[in-house]
Order: sequence, then structure tokens, then C-alpha cells
Amino acid sequence: MNGIDYSQKIPNNVNLSEDKTLQRALEHWQPNYLAWWQDMGPDGSHGFDVYLRTATSVDPAGWAQFDYVKMPEYRWGIFLNQREEGRRIHFGDHKGEEVWQDVPGEHRANLRRIIVTQGDTEPASVEQQRHLGLTAPSMYDLRNLFQVNVEEGRHLWAMVYLLHRHFGRDGREEAEALLERRSGDEDNPRILGAFNERTPDWLAFFMFTYFTDRDGKFQLCALAESGFDPLARTTKFMLTEEAHHMFVGESGVSRAIQRTCEVMNELKTDDPALVRAAGAIDLPTIQRYLNFHYSVTIDLFGADQSSNAAIFYSAGLKGRFEESKRDDDHVLRGGMYRVLEVQDGKLVEKEVPMLNALNEVLRDDFIRDSVAGVERWNKVITKAGLPHRLTVPHKAFNRRIGTLAGVHVSPDGRVVSEAEWNANETKWLPSVEDRAFVASLMGRVVERNKYASWIAPPMVGINRQPIDFEYIRFN
Amino acid sequence: MNATDAGRADALRQHVIDPEICIRCNTCEEACPIDAVTHDSRNYVVKPDVCNGCGACVPPCPTGAIDNWRTVLRVDAYSVEAQLGWDELPAEQALPPAEGGAAFAPAPIVETTSASAAPATATPVRGATVPPWSAAHPYTNLYRPSAPVTATVMGNFRVTGEHSGSDTRHIVLDFGTLPFPVLEGQSIGIIPPGTDAQGRPHHARQYSIASPRDGERPGYNNLSLTVKRVTADHDGQPVRGVCSNYLCDVKKGDTVQVIGPFGASFLMPNHPGTHLVMICTGTGSAPMRAMTEYRRRYRERFGDGHLTLFFGARTADELPYFGPLTKLPKDFIDIHLAFSRTPGEPKRYVQDLMRESSASLAPLLSDPNTFIYVCGLKSMEEGVLAALRDIASGAELPWESLADTWAREGRLHLETY
Repeated sequence: MNGIDYSQKIPNNVNLSEDKTLQRALEHWQPNYLAWWQDMGPDGSHGFDVYLRTATSVDPAGWAQFDYVKMPEYRWGIFLNQREEGRRIHFGDHKGEEVWQDVPGEHRANLRRIIVTQGDTEPASVEQQRHLGLTAPSMYDLRNLFQVNVEEGRHLWAMVYLLHRHFGRDGREEAEALLERRSGDEDNPRILGAFNERTPDWLAFFMFTYFTDRDGKFQLCALAESGFDPLARTTKFMLTEEAHHMFVGESGVSRAIQRTCEVMNELKTDDPALVRAAGAIDLPTIQRYLNFHYSVTIDLFGADQSSNAAIFYSAGLKGRFEESKRDDDHVLRGGMYRVLEVQDGKLVEKEVPMLNALNEVLRDDFIRDSVAGVERWNKVITKAGLPHRLTVPHKAFNRRIGTLAGVHVSPDGRVVSEAEWNANETKWLPSVEDRAFVASLMGRVVERNKYASWIAPPMVGINRQPIDFEYIRFN
Repeated sequence: MNATDAGRADALRQHVIDPEICIRCNTCEEACPIDAVTHDSRNYVVKPDVCNGCGACVPPCPTGAIDNWRTVLRVDAYSVEAQLGWDELPAEQALPPAEGGAAFAPAPIVETTSASAAPATATPVRGATVPPWSAAHPYTNLYRPSAPVTATVMGNFRVTGEHSGSDTRHIVLDFGTLPFPVLEGQSIGIIPPGTDAQGRPHHARQYSIASPRDGERPGYNNLSLTVKRVTADHDGQPVRGVCSNYLCDVKKGDTVQVIGPFGASFLMPNHPGTHLVMICTGTGSAPMRAMTEYRRRYRERFGDGHLTLFFGARTADELPYFGPLTKLPKDFIDIHLAFSRTPGEPKRYVQDLMRESSASLAPLLSDPNTFIYVCGLKSMEEGVLAALRDIASGAELPWESLADTWAREGRLHLETY
């Protein structure tokens, strides 16, 4: 019932073979997808046997089956969580009504937009990360990168299935366009800003998977509440995979910090120059990377006041994070929420209708979750007996979207002049020199159980394997 | 860890999560079929009174933080509140020496003696987390606590002797026209009606299925369970098991709320020529009964594959299914019964019988077609593994690599509670 049919050209648990038109359409898209993977997937990796997990069913026992796979032969497919009988919409104006199995005509355009925007981020991140394999700090990390990549590919499949199945010709065209846009391309860029940024080095990759994949988690959680049941079931299963991506980020940064602390203790110094000379990344540089990725990621939640967000919520298309665990009326008319704006050169809070502020609500949930992880990084520093601390910058820092765009705010939340900003930008955000230094550490280390100078070994292996396991056979 | 500690009846192998590795992704809480995982803004933790060690949360965990266990005295189990305050896992503590009465348990147990105690080893043997290669594909989690399925009781029979103090029941449940496909070795959850002392609905209790995949009655949509009425806790203190008493008292025609099925590795091989070695105590016999019955019904499909059963109870009267077992043909199954409380007889445990059967077990251990199943109280596990290890070394088989191969090939399955 929830097993996945691997005998089909496209593995799926949605009885694809019973809908020949849909099956043909997806089988037509599949070679285009594979061609995209050949062109834009991980550079130079196509012949490797990689120890990857593949889902064989969507229940806990079946979705993490590990074996060696060549990535172009990874069984990308379509997996939805099981349908829950009698599920009802539990927020917005349709609260209490049965969930929709098909797209209601009046919400078609909005749902398509939501699905396309989500779908576009998946291939974008594969494109952003495609050269990282050439500078992996260890075989273990390289495997993790590839796991993230193939699963982002699968998430694209998840969204394309919805487009093909529920949006007819428009959907098929959008599915093609998802393979045509390119991250960072001037003429045909990816939809969201953060997905056109470069991911030039592994510290950036770990920060990206920590912060930006966590944005993915919150967006998926909000969509998993959707009244459009196929979207809810698709995103629910995607969340199980997303967890690994955040793990890669959190543990990657954590291991970099651990190595830095070891060097600081060995040399009895906190001088960034000495730490750098010893081949580790100094804590101030890590802080600047954190500032950058955090601020770019919180922009992804959109404008702080948005009528679209209100429409999506009231229409039952997109809920809040953990909607069902909140004890309010789940309609939110009359509710108020505080957002930031600048008045007389100062940041002040202002009450606005909650429905219009739902982007901000989700952003604040994300911030709480992110801060908790940064505190866990700090525990690594504390454990090493050092007094330094990492912090997340103020949420108005370095914003490009919403009312705070164009306002200069320091990491500690002061509105500053353009002159002060310019004088301090390289203290607050990674400078060209910082990036060049980090890039200089990025040599390829892929012998078993060897690690680059700037990162500590992991605490545990993947799937109970030892950390010196042969995670990749390079053939 | 002292290997003998886990064998004590007053000890608990407590499931804990490493807060230094965990990334709070919520996957385990989503995956747990019985809501045993909870969290606050700081830590994800496992409720010691709810977790049944089913392992459904282990493969989905992206970090490996989930796979941690501490052997503690039941009375000293780390509470949810204590775990929420952790910054790191506490070190494994040696247990205080067992007191005189502490080893008493309500059901037959295997007491490790100095002769059979396993020395502490650096790499404890793990059972398989994968099924045999020829196992049928199991369905799992078709029904969750939020939407259980209703089954009708078709029968409730006592399977321990009339004069035995142990009331063990054979209960048959029918699912009518609703799908509930199962395999031998899987289990189901039963949600007892009513609420607990705090007014919350009872959580589900898990029971192994005692009938083969095609039904207790072949061709019918039914299955059977083996349920022992719990009247004392592991320390021998009187306690009334909520679910076992509910089930032991159900009558034909009653309905019960069922979730599951659970379990995707404790499954039997389906290819001809396979040998099953089954080792169990008390109600741990349920999956063995299911497998034995399947092999009996379709004996001709399995060629010269042979069954061996080691079954322990306190007395013959307390041994579930004692009568029917003794009627099985000897060329189909070798049965070894161990009684630990027969008046006037020395105590005998399953691992004693295994050692006595070294000559017939040793060739089985080196046969790639042998599959070993252990089910019963936690306390039997160490003793059984020690016996297997000794028999293997006696036959000059390399124990560590053998156990490793069994685990990787899905040929050694441990289900103890």
C-alpha cells in the first residue's frame, strides 16, 4: 500500500501505471531531467559508486535503504505519504471542509505559483553546489554532498509530479522551465535571490545547508498543512529527507568550529592570523559567513507584510509552521502581529494584521530554530574551554526584501549611516579576502578517514558505519 | 557495560538520544508509532515508560544520535525532565549489586550464572536490522494511533495449564473486509479503552503475531496473539497491566482498536532449504508459533530445511501451547523445552539446553541457510548470545565475524523486552 513500485521506469507509490497519459508525460520529462543532471549535476562524479540511501517505502522502516549507487542511476521517483482518510482543512476560511484531492479552479494560479517556487529551489541548489566535489574535505563529506544533491533532485521530481498531474498543459510547461532556468544565469536565473548566489566553498555549503535548507524545512512544514492534499502528502515525505541536509550543515559547521578551537588551544592564541596560518578558519570569519547566510536566508521568507501570504493562508493553501499544534482559532481574522520598521532613524515595532504578517510569523519561527543550533555550536567552543561566542545578527541586518531593504542596520540592531556601514562591511560580512582565504584551504581530501586541515572528523558514521568506511568507490 | 547487567530483571535498557549529535529535526517524533518521543526547545528525549525499543526511529534519524542505550535500574531510569536538561549523554554507570529478591520476575527468565556469564566485550553483538534476502515484503504502519482499525474478537482461549499461576491467552482477532496484511514475526499495537490517571487516552501496547500470514484460520482475514496477564511488575510488586488484563478478559464479539503492523526485519526466509533456530521464553513464543505453523502448512515448499526450537518456561504448566507442540513430527522440528522451576529438578534454562545440543547446533551455525530468532524477556539475550558464542568457538568458528555476517545478512534476529 505504501511500498514503492521499482519495477516501473519511474519508481512511484502513486499507481502511475494506471494513468497512461500522465505516465507518458512524465516519461517524456524524465530524459530531459537526466540530461539536466548530466550537464548540471555534481561535476565529474558520474562514474562513482556512492553509498547512498534510497527510499523503498515511505514508512520509517523503508525509506532509508543504503547501498552503493552510481548517481545518474539513482532511482528518482515519486513518493507521497499515505492518504489519511477523513483529513480536513484545519485553517483559513475553508476550515472544517474536506481536503481537496484536485486543485480547486479558483486557487489554481496561486497553487501553481507556490509549487513552481518551491520546485525551482531544488535544481537550483544542485547547480550551486556542482563544483564542490572537487574540493571535498573528506570522503565522508563528499558522500553527504552527493546525498543532498540526489535528494534535491528527488524533490524536484516531487514538485514536477504535482505540476504534471494537476495543472495540465501549464504544468508541463512549468516543469520544462524548471530544467531551463539556471542558478546565477543573467538571462534566465532561478526565481529566488539566495538560489542565485554562488556556493563557492565548503564553509558556505555547510552554512547554506544549515540556514537555507532550514528555510526549506519551514516552507515544507507550512505546505504540509495545505488543504490541497497531494501537496501536503508530498511535502511531508520531503521533510524526512530534508532533515539529513540540515544535519550536514549543522555538523559541518560544528566540526569546522571544533577544529578551530583545537588549533586555538594548541597555539594558545585567538589571533585570526595565527589560526589561519595553522590551516584552520578563524572564528571571526565563521561569524561573518554566519551573518551572510543568515541574512540572505531570512529574506527568503518574503516581504514582512504580504497580501499574498494572507490569501494563501485564508484560502487554505499554506498554513503556519506546526499549525495544528497552535491553540488559536486558525482563521486569524482580527489577530495582530508585530513587525519591524524604521521611524526617525530607529527600528520600532508596529502592530499589523496577523494575516498580512504571516511571512514574518514563519520567519520568526525559523529564527528561533536557527538560534538554538547556533547555541549548540557555542557549546563546542565552551567545551574547548574558550570564552568566544557566535551570535546571529539582528533580523534587520543586511536585508534586501521588505520594508527593511535599503536600510543599513548593524548586526547588533542599530540603524547606521551609509558611511558607517561602508566602514564596517568587511567586519560584518565575508570580505573578498575572507573568501579567498577559505578558498585557499579547499584542497581535495578523499582518502579514507583523512580530513582537511580545517575540519574535525565526524562523531559518528552514516547508517551505523564506521567513520573510516569506504563511502565512495571512485573506480 | 557489564554484560550481565542487562540480564537482570530489575534493569532496563533505556533508549536515549545524544544531545550533542541530535539536530532537533523532529524525524524521530514523526516516526515513532507510539508517541514515545517528545521535545522542548532544548532537547529531543524518549519517554522511558512508553518506548518499547521497536527501533522504528533508528533508520530515519539523519544523525545517528538516536541509536544510544543505557542500562539502568528501572527505578533509576532517566526521567523525561532529566533528559531535557542534558548537554551531553551521561556515562554508562555500573549497576549496584542485585539484591536477593531483585532477580525475581513474573515470567520465566534466564538468570545468568557465573558459568555462562559472558565477559564484557567491546563490541556487543547486535541483531540484524535487515530481513533475510528472501523475506516477503512487509506492510508496516498501515494504521496509526490517530486512525486505528477496529477488529472483532473471534476467540479467547487459555493456553497455560489450568493450575498454573500464569494466565496466558490465545486471542483471535478478525479484520472483516479491511486490509491488515501481516507476516510471521511482525507485531501489532492494541489501544486499550479509557484513559490513564492523568486523563489522557492510553497509549498502544505491542504484541507479536502468533499466526501465519494466511490467517489463524487459513484463508480468513484474522490473526492471533499470545497475551500473558500481567499481575506483577519486573520487581515482583503487584501491578495490574492495563492492556494485558483488558485483552485477557475480552469476549467473542467484542471489538478492539488496532494499529500497525510493525516490524520489517524479524521476518522469515522464504527460500527452500532454510533452517530456523528459534529460541524463546514465555510469550516470546508467539512469533515462533507463527513461523512454525507457516512451515508446517507449506512444508513441501521448504525442501530439507529443518526447524529447531528452544523454549523456556518456569514449569510445563506455564508453557504456552505445550499440548500442540508435543504433537509435531520429530523429523519436522527438534523441540527442546527448559523448565526453571520444576520441583525437585535442577533449574534449566534455554542456554543450558543449547549448550547440550552443541553437536547438532554447530553445523547449523556455519550453514549460510540458517536463520536464528530470539524472542522473550530482555534477560535471556545475554545468556543466549554467550551460548551461541561458546558453541561457535567450540567448533572453531570465528565468533565476531560470524555474528557480524549474521547481522548483515539478516540471519540473527533479537527481539527482547
